[in-house]
Amino acid sequence: MVKDSFIILVLIGVAFILANLFAGFTGNIDLSAVANHYAENGPEEVGSANLVTAVVVTYRGLDTLGEVTILFLSAAIVGFFLKVENKDHKNRELKYTSEILNTASQILVPIMLLFGAYVFINGHLSPGGGFQGGAIIASGLVLMFLAQPKKAIGHKLINIVESISGVSFVLLGVAGILFASGFLDNKILSLGRFGTLFSAGLIPIIYIFVGLKVGSELTGIGLSLRENQDEA
Amino acid sequence: MIEKFNLENISLAVGVLVILIGLWGLLTQKNLIKIVIGFALFDTGIHIVMVSIGYIKERTAPILDEAIDVTNASNIIVDPIPQALVLTAIVIGLGITALMLSYVLRMYHKKKSLEINHYKDLKW
Repeated sequence: MVKDSFIILVLIGVAFILANLFAGFTGNIDLSAVANHYAENGPEEVGSANLVTAVVVTYRGLDTLGEVTILFLSAAIVGFFLKVENKDHKNRELKYTSEILNTASQILVPIMLLFGAYVFINGHLSPGGGFQGGAIIASGLVLMFLAQPKKAIGHKLINIVESISGVSFVLLGVAGILFASGFLDNKILSLGRFGTLFSAGLIPIIYIFVGLKVGSELTGIGLSLRENQDEA
Repeated sequence: MIEKFNLENISLAVGVLVILIGLWGLLTQKNLIKIVIGFALFDTGIHIVMVSIGYIKERTAPILDEAIDVTNASNIIVDPIPQALVLTAIVIGLGITALMLSYVLRMYHKKKSLEINHYKDLKW
Protein backbone atom coordinates (compact mmCIF):
# COMPACT_ATOMS: atom_id res chain seq x y z
CA MET A 1 0.00 0.00 0.00
CA VAL A 2 1.10 3.58 -0.66
CA LYS A 3 0.33 4.65 2.89
CA ASP A 4 2.52 1.94 4.43
CA SER A 5 5.43 2.81 2.18
CA PHE A 6 5.14 6.45 3.26
CA ILE A 7 5.32 5.36 6.89
CA ILE A 8 8.38 3.24 6.18
CA LEU A 9 10.00 6.15 4.33
CA VAL A 10 9.39 8.51 7.26
CA LEU A 11 10.79 5.98 9.72
CA ILE A 12 13.89 5.38 7.59
CA GLY A 13 14.41 9.12 7.20
CA VAL A 14 14.22 9.78 10.95
CA ALA A 15 16.39 6.74 11.62
CA PHE A 16 18.96 8.12 9.19
CA ILE A 17 19.00 11.52 10.94
CA LEU A 18 19.35 9.89 14.36
CA ALA A 19 22.03 7.47 13.10
CA ASN A 20 24.06 10.45 11.95
CA LEU A 21 23.65 12.01 15.39
CA PHE A 22 24.81 8.75 16.95
CA ALA A 23 27.77 8.28 14.59
CA GLY A 24 29.00 11.84 15.07
CA PHE A 25 28.69 11.76 18.85
CA THR A 26 32.03 11.43 20.55
CA GLY A 27 31.09 12.30 24.11
CA ASN A 28 31.80 15.56 25.84
CA ILE A 29 35.12 16.32 27.47
CA ASP A 30 34.41 19.74 28.97
CA LEU A 31 31.48 21.76 30.23
CA SER A 32 30.05 24.37 27.91
CA ALA A 33 30.82 28.01 28.75
CA VAL A 34 27.43 28.62 30.38
CA ALA A 35 27.61 25.41 32.43
CA ASN A 36 31.14 26.35 33.45
CA HIS A 37 29.87 29.69 34.76
CA TYR A 38 27.13 27.92 36.72
CA ALA A 39 29.59 25.42 38.19
CA GLU A 40 32.14 28.06 39.23
CA ASN A 41 29.88 30.87 40.40
CA GLY A 42 26.75 28.97 41.36
CA PRO A 43 27.75 28.36 44.99
CA GLU A 44 28.46 32.07 45.65
CA GLU A 45 25.72 33.55 43.47
CA VAL A 46 22.85 31.24 44.38
CA GLY A 47 24.09 29.17 47.31
CA SER A 48 22.32 26.00 46.21
CA ALA A 49 24.26 22.75 46.56
CA ASN A 50 22.18 21.13 43.83
CA LEU A 51 23.20 22.99 40.67
CA VAL A 52 20.22 21.65 38.71
CA THR A 53 18.00 23.39 41.25
CA ALA A 54 20.07 26.56 40.90
CA VAL A 55 19.51 26.49 37.14
CA VAL A 56 15.81 25.60 37.37
CA VAL A 57 14.75 28.01 40.12
CA THR A 58 17.08 30.98 39.81
CA TYR A 59 19.13 31.19 36.61
CA ARG A 60 16.21 30.03 34.45
CA GLY A 61 13.45 30.79 36.93
CA LEU A 62 11.31 32.50 34.31
CA ASP A 63 11.26 29.27 32.27
CA THR A 64 10.07 27.41 35.33
CA LEU A 65 7.27 29.92 35.75
CA GLY A 66 6.31 29.29 32.12
CA GLU A 67 6.42 25.56 32.71
CA VAL A 68 4.18 25.83 35.76
CA THR A 69 1.82 27.91 33.63
CA ILE A 70 1.72 25.22 30.94
CA LEU A 71 1.01 22.58 33.56
CA PHE A 72 -1.74 24.76 35.00
CA LEU A 73 -3.24 25.24 31.54
CA SER A 74 -3.25 21.54 30.76
CA ALA A 75 -4.79 20.77 34.16
CA ALA A 76 -7.43 23.44 33.56
CA ILE A 77 -8.25 22.09 30.08
CA VAL A 78 -8.48 18.53 31.42
CA GLY A 79 -10.87 19.78 34.09
CA PHE A 80 -12.88 21.65 31.48
CA PHE A 81 -13.13 18.72 29.06
CA LEU A 82 -13.94 16.14 31.69
CA LYS A 83 -16.48 18.18 33.56
CA VAL A 84 -19.17 15.88 34.94
CA GLU A 85 -22.43 17.32 33.67
CA ASN A 86 -24.79 14.98 35.41
CA LYS A 87 -23.77 14.39 38.98
CA ASP A 88 -26.72 12.07 39.69
CA HIS A 89 -25.26 9.33 37.51
CA LYS A 90 -23.35 7.92 40.41
CA ASN A 91 -24.79 4.42 40.28
CA ARG A 92 -21.83 2.85 38.52
CA GLU A 93 -21.11 -0.69 39.61
CA LEU A 94 -17.76 -0.75 41.35
CA LYS A 95 -15.81 -3.80 42.28
CA TYR A 96 -14.68 -3.99 45.86
CA THR A 97 -11.04 -3.07 46.21
CA SER A 98 -8.93 -5.84 47.63
CA GLU A 99 -7.97 -6.01 51.28
CA ILE A 100 -4.30 -5.78 50.34
CA LEU A 101 -4.75 -2.54 48.42
CA ASN A 102 -6.90 -1.02 51.15
CA THR A 103 -4.55 -1.84 54.01
CA ALA A 104 -1.40 -1.00 52.08
CA SER A 105 -2.78 2.35 50.99
CA GLN A 106 -3.60 3.28 54.59
CA ILE A 107 0.01 2.67 55.55
CA LEU A 108 1.64 3.99 52.38
CA VAL A 109 -0.29 7.18 51.64
CA PRO A 110 0.89 9.17 54.71
CA ILE A 111 4.46 8.00 54.14
CA MET A 112 4.30 9.02 50.49
CA LEU A 113 2.96 12.46 51.40
CA LEU A 114 5.73 12.90 53.96
CA PHE A 115 8.37 11.73 51.51
CA GLY A 116 7.06 14.12 48.86
CA ALA A 117 7.33 17.02 51.31
CA TYR A 118 10.85 15.90 52.23
CA VAL A 119 11.88 15.79 48.57
CA PHE A 120 10.69 19.31 47.79
CA ILE A 121 11.98 20.91 51.00
CA ASN A 122 15.45 19.43 50.36
CA GLY A 123 15.42 20.29 46.66
CA HIS A 124 18.42 22.60 46.98
CA LEU A 125 20.56 20.02 48.78
CA SER A 126 19.83 16.63 47.30
CA PRO A 127 18.39 15.17 44.10
CA GLY A 128 14.79 16.26 43.94
CA GLY A 129 12.78 19.42 44.04
CA GLY A 130 9.33 20.83 43.65
CA PHE A 131 8.31 18.90 40.54
CA GLN A 132 9.51 15.54 41.80
CA GLY A 133 8.05 16.08 45.27
CA GLY A 134 4.77 17.24 43.80
CA ALA A 135 4.62 14.15 41.60
CA ILE A 136 5.25 11.90 44.62
CA ILE A 137 2.46 13.61 46.58
CA ALA A 138 0.09 13.29 43.63
CA SER A 139 0.88 9.60 43.22
CA GLY A 140 0.15 9.06 46.91
CA LEU A 141 -3.22 10.74 46.55
CA VAL A 142 -3.99 8.79 43.37
CA LEU A 143 -3.25 5.59 45.32
CA MET A 144 -5.83 6.77 47.84
CA PHE A 145 -8.37 7.32 45.06
CA LEU A 146 -7.72 3.80 43.76
CA ALA A 147 -8.16 2.25 47.19
CA GLN A 148 -11.41 4.11 47.94
CA PRO A 149 -13.26 4.48 44.65
CA LYS A 150 -16.58 5.37 46.29
CA LYS A 151 -15.27 8.19 48.40
CA ALA A 152 -16.30 11.60 47.06
CA ILE A 153 -13.53 14.17 47.09
CA GLY A 154 -14.19 17.79 46.24
CA HIS A 155 -12.08 19.89 43.94
CA LYS A 156 -12.36 22.90 46.20
CA LEU A 157 -9.39 22.33 48.52
CA ILE A 158 -7.18 21.33 45.59
CA ASN A 159 -8.11 24.49 43.70
CA ILE A 160 -7.45 26.69 46.74
CA VAL A 161 -3.99 25.18 47.36
CA GLU A 162 -3.13 25.46 43.69
CA SER A 163 -4.21 29.11 43.38
CA ILE A 164 -2.49 30.23 46.57
CA SER A 165 0.80 28.58 45.70
CA GLY A 166 0.74 29.87 42.12
CA VAL A 167 0.06 33.44 43.22
CA SER A 168 2.76 33.19 45.93
CA PHE A 169 5.30 32.00 43.34
CA VAL A 170 4.66 35.06 41.17
CA LEU A 171 4.59 37.45 44.18
CA LEU A 172 7.93 36.10 45.41
CA GLY A 173 9.30 36.68 41.93
CA VAL A 174 8.05 40.27 41.94
CA ALA A 175 9.52 40.76 45.43
CA GLY A 176 12.85 39.87 43.83
CA ILE A 177 12.50 42.95 41.58
CA LEU A 178 11.70 45.20 44.55
CA PHE A 179 14.19 43.97 47.14
CA ALA A 180 16.95 42.32 45.12
CA SER A 181 18.38 42.58 41.62
CA GLY A 182 15.67 41.05 39.44
CA PHE A 183 12.63 38.86 38.88
CA LEU A 184 12.86 35.63 40.94
CA ASP A 185 16.20 36.65 42.48
CA ASN A 186 16.73 34.47 45.55
CA LYS A 187 18.81 36.94 47.58
CA ILE A 188 15.84 38.48 49.38
CA LEU A 189 16.74 36.22 52.30
CA SER A 190 20.37 35.75 53.25
CA LEU A 191 22.08 32.88 51.46
CA GLY A 192 23.01 31.22 54.75
CA ARG A 193 25.71 28.62 55.19
CA PHE A 194 26.28 26.61 52.02
CA GLY A 195 24.87 23.08 52.18
CA THR A 196 22.48 23.48 55.11
CA LEU A 197 18.67 23.33 55.05
CA PHE A 198 18.24 27.07 55.67
CA SER A 199 20.41 28.19 52.80
CA ALA A 200 20.10 29.32 49.19
CA GLY A 201 17.85 32.24 50.09
CA LEU A 202 14.43 31.95 48.52
CA ILE A 203 14.93 28.62 46.70
CA PRO A 204 13.43 26.30 49.36
CA ILE A 205 10.39 28.56 49.73
CA ILE A 206 9.81 28.77 45.99
CA TYR A 207 10.24 25.01 45.71
CA ILE A 208 7.69 24.43 48.47
CA PHE A 209 5.13 26.44 46.49
CA VAL A 210 6.08 24.71 43.25
CA GLY A 211 5.73 21.34 44.94
CA LEU A 212 2.31 22.17 46.34
CA LYS A 213 1.19 23.54 42.99
CA VAL A 214 2.41 20.57 40.96
CA GLY A 215 1.02 18.11 43.51
CA SER A 216 -2.41 19.72 43.54
CA GLU A 217 -2.52 20.04 39.74
CA LEU A 218 -1.62 16.41 39.13
CA THR A 219 -4.09 15.32 41.82
CA GLY A 220 -6.74 17.45 40.11
CA ILE A 221 -6.02 15.76 36.77
CA GLY A 222 -6.29 12.33 38.40
CA LEU A 223 -9.51 13.32 40.13
CA SER A 224 -11.06 14.62 36.90
CA LEU A 225 -10.16 11.42 35.08
CA ARG A 226 -11.66 9.35 37.89
CA GLU A 227 -14.89 11.31 38.08
CA ASN A 228 -15.37 11.15 34.37
CA GLN A 229 -15.39 7.36 34.43
CA ASP A 230 -18.69 7.48 36.29
CA GLU A 231 -20.31 8.86 33.18
CA ALA A 232 -19.08 6.33 30.68
CA MET B 1 33.13 -0.18 16.88
CA ILE B 2 34.27 -1.42 20.26
CA GLU B 3 34.90 2.12 21.53
CA LYS B 4 31.19 2.82 21.06
CA PHE B 5 30.38 0.51 23.99
CA ASN B 6 30.52 3.04 26.79
CA LEU B 7 27.84 4.60 28.95
CA GLU B 8 27.00 7.71 26.94
CA ASN B 9 26.85 5.84 23.62
CA ILE B 10 24.68 3.05 24.99
CA SER B 11 22.22 5.48 26.55
CA LEU B 12 22.18 7.54 23.34
CA ALA B 13 21.45 4.38 21.34
CA VAL B 14 18.65 3.42 23.73
CA GLY B 15 17.19 6.92 23.43
CA VAL B 16 17.31 6.76 19.63
CA LEU B 17 15.62 3.35 19.66
CA VAL B 18 12.87 4.56 21.98
CA ILE B 19 12.27 7.57 19.71
CA LEU B 20 11.93 5.28 16.70
CA ILE B 21 9.58 2.88 18.50
CA GLY B 22 7.44 5.83 19.59
CA LEU B 23 7.34 7.24 16.06
CA TRP B 24 6.43 3.82 14.68
CA GLY B 25 3.59 3.53 17.19
CA LEU B 26 2.42 7.05 16.38
CA LEU B 27 2.27 6.30 12.65
CA THR B 28 0.96 2.74 12.50
CA GLN B 29 -1.38 2.17 15.44
CA LYS B 30 -5.12 2.54 14.96
CA ASN B 31 -6.15 2.64 18.62
CA LEU B 32 -6.21 6.18 20.03
CA ILE B 33 -4.75 5.17 23.40
CA LYS B 34 -1.90 3.34 21.67
CA ILE B 35 -1.20 6.51 19.69
CA VAL B 36 -0.96 8.44 22.96
CA ILE B 37 1.43 5.78 24.28
CA GLY B 38 3.53 6.19 21.13
CA PHE B 39 3.67 9.92 21.74
CA ALA B 40 4.77 9.39 25.35
CA LEU B 41 7.51 6.98 24.19
CA PHE B 42 8.74 9.53 21.65
CA ASP B 43 8.90 12.08 24.47
CA THR B 44 10.84 9.74 26.76
CA GLY B 45 13.32 8.90 24.00
CA ILE B 46 14.08 12.59 23.47
CA HIS B 47 14.68 12.97 27.22
CA ILE B 48 17.15 10.06 27.24
CA VAL B 49 19.01 11.52 24.26
CA MET B 50 19.24 14.95 25.90
CA VAL B 51 20.56 13.60 29.20
CA SER B 52 23.13 11.40 27.49
CA ILE B 53 24.39 14.33 25.40
CA GLY B 54 24.97 16.28 28.62
CA TYR B 55 26.97 13.44 30.17
CA ILE B 56 30.73 13.82 30.51
CA LYS B 57 32.97 10.82 30.92
CA GLU B 58 33.91 9.83 34.48
CA ARG B 59 32.20 12.78 36.12
CA THR B 60 29.57 12.92 38.82
CA ALA B 61 26.13 14.48 39.36
CA PRO B 62 25.97 18.28 39.63
CA ILE B 63 25.30 18.27 43.37
CA LEU B 64 28.00 19.91 45.44
CA ASP B 65 28.05 17.93 48.69
CA GLU B 66 30.97 16.93 50.91
CA ALA B 67 32.32 14.55 48.27
CA ILE B 68 33.02 17.37 45.83
CA ASP B 69 35.57 20.14 46.12
CA VAL B 70 33.51 23.29 45.46
CA THR B 71 36.46 25.29 44.15
CA ASN B 72 37.20 22.65 41.52
CA ALA B 73 33.57 21.81 40.73
CA SER B 74 33.74 22.63 37.02
CA ASN B 75 36.18 19.76 36.49
CA ILE B 76 34.18 17.17 38.45
CA ILE B 77 30.51 17.51 37.53
CA VAL B 78 28.49 16.81 34.40
CA ASP B 79 26.53 19.49 32.56
CA PRO B 80 23.54 20.59 34.72
CA ILE B 81 21.69 22.41 31.93
CA PRO B 82 20.34 19.42 29.94
CA GLN B 83 19.22 17.88 33.22
CA ALA B 84 17.32 21.02 34.20
CA LEU B 85 15.80 21.12 30.72
CA VAL B 86 14.72 17.47 30.91
CA LEU B 87 13.27 18.03 34.38
CA THR B 88 11.10 20.72 32.80
CA ALA B 89 10.27 18.59 29.78
CA ILE B 90 9.17 15.55 31.82
CA VAL B 91 6.56 17.56 33.70
CA ILE B 92 5.25 19.19 30.54
CA GLY B 93 5.17 15.77 28.84
CA LEU B 94 3.07 14.43 31.69
CA GLY B 95 0.64 17.35 31.37
CA ILE B 96 0.36 16.90 27.60
CA THR B 97 -0.20 13.14 27.95
CA ALA B 98 -3.01 13.76 30.45
CA LEU B 99 -4.48 16.32 28.06
CA MET B 100 -4.42 13.88 25.14
CA LEU B 101 -5.98 11.14 27.26
CA SER B 102 -8.80 13.47 28.25
CA TYR B 103 -9.42 14.26 24.55
CA VAL B 104 -9.52 10.51 23.89
CA LEU B 105 -12.04 10.02 26.71
CA ARG B 106 -14.18 12.80 25.31
CA MET B 107 -14.06 11.36 21.80
CA TYR B 108 -14.97 7.95 23.17
CA HIS B 109 -18.03 9.41 24.88
CA LYS B 110 -19.12 10.89 21.57
CA LYS B 111 -18.80 7.87 19.29
CA LYS B 112 -18.12 4.90 21.62
CA SER B 113 -15.10 3.94 19.57
CA LEU B 114 -11.33 4.16 19.99
CA GLU B 115 -10.59 3.30 16.36
CA ILE B 116 -8.98 6.25 14.57
CA ASN B 117 -10.58 5.21 11.25
CA HIS B 118 -14.00 5.98 12.69
CA TYR B 119 -13.16 9.66 13.06
CA LYS B 120 -13.29 11.20 9.60
CA ASP B 121 -14.10 14.79 10.47
CA LEU B 122 -10.62 16.07 9.67
CA LYS B 123 -9.94 13.73 6.77
CA TRP B 124 -9.65 15.22 3.32
